[in-house]
Amino acid sequence: MLSSAVIVFREVLEAALIVTILMAATRGLRGRTQWIGGGLVVGLSGAFVVALFAGSINSAFKGVGQELLNAGILLTAVSMLAWHNIWMSRHARALVAQLKQVGARITEGSLPLYVLAVTAGLAVLREGSEVVLFMYGVAASGSSASMMLSGGALGVVVGIAAGALLYFGLLRIPTQWLFRVTGWLILLLAAGLAASAAGYLSQAGILPSQAPLWNSSALLSEKSILGQLLHVLVGYQARPTAIQLGFYLVTLLLIAGAMKWVGNAQPRVRAKASGA
Amino acid sequence: MKQILLALLIGASLPAFAEMPVFQITIKDHLFQPAQTMIPAGQQVKLVVDNQDDTPEEFEGDDFDVEKIIPGHSQAEILVGPFEAGEYKFVGEFHEDTAKGALIVQ
Repeated sequence: MLSSAVIVFREVLEAALIVTILMAATRGLRGRTQWIGGGLVVGLSGAFVVALFAGSINSAFKGVGQELLNAGILLTAVSMLAWHNIWMSRHARALVAQLKQVGARITEGSLPLYVLAVTAGLAVLREGSEVVLFMYGVAASGSSASMMLSGGALGVVVGIAAGALLYFGLLRIPTQWLFRVTGWLILLLAAGLAASAAGYLSQAGILPSQAPLWNSSALLSEKSILGQLLHVLVGYQARPTAIQLGFYLVTLLLIAGAMKWVGNAQPRVRAKASGA
Repeated sequence: MKQILLALLIGASLPAFAEMPVFQITIKDHLFQPAQTMIPAGQQVKLVVDNQDDTPEEFEGDDFDVEKIIPGHSQAEILVGPFEAGEYKFVGEFHEDTAKGALIVQ
């Protein structure tokens, strides 16, 4: 029972943390709950579809369909998170003002909210399909199925609870700092996802395979809870290759650069917000 | 100049593809057979993992980074390495208690 709880927890945690950070990062944006919720529902349904067609996905593209799907999902999520952060760099001040109820309104340019829906949906799609396959195997195995299934359910609950914990922790951050913190979290999250995508592309043989630059798994295993948390939150990998490190750094610099550029290009919003 | 470089590149990479060694690993009753597979060091190899069980399995490296779901009654090809000599453990994540294996790199 505990083993299935642990496996499911690992998968749920990643999705839960991503959705959590997204929720905190969009505090005060009208309609974000519906869009993120909608994304979750579609993503969860998609997870069942992916699990159902796991066989055909596997044999697609000469046997690397699964790797390509994973890399595609991850890179799409990265671009959505980048978009979100760049948009925020322009509108965070107005949002803060609005949250403090000083009457400021975000009028100019709006974040297409489907960005949120797609990101949340992709997070549950990827992790959810693995949970579905695992639970299917458990259910099909007979004897100890009910114990294992309740273990799985426990894993889901604890994973979501961990997400909720982070959410309420983030909300304790003073409003004027909140979006700066979530901006950094999303930046690191996106860079980590890009590095994971590079791993799948290497596994598919599209990027060259390399020996890892270092191996810190004895120090901090990715399978430990702390390792897992850091893997999701800052992209920690115990055995990164040069390509993965490159993906990580380039993603980080590109998004941070675009945020700075867009943020600086809009002094009007800043003046309006502080004047209000 | 560009063509020459391209030709060199293709020429250099083709034999590597042609000579990539292939190793068969079977999953049955949530066990890997053989549990240990000898592979050469410093070279990428292809593992063909045949899941003969009814249930899906996730092939996951413990000491190397590979993650691949293999549905029941299907095969997956997995590229691994190049590795230095040593033992590299892997597991079937969905049945971690029994599905344990290792690559012995020489």
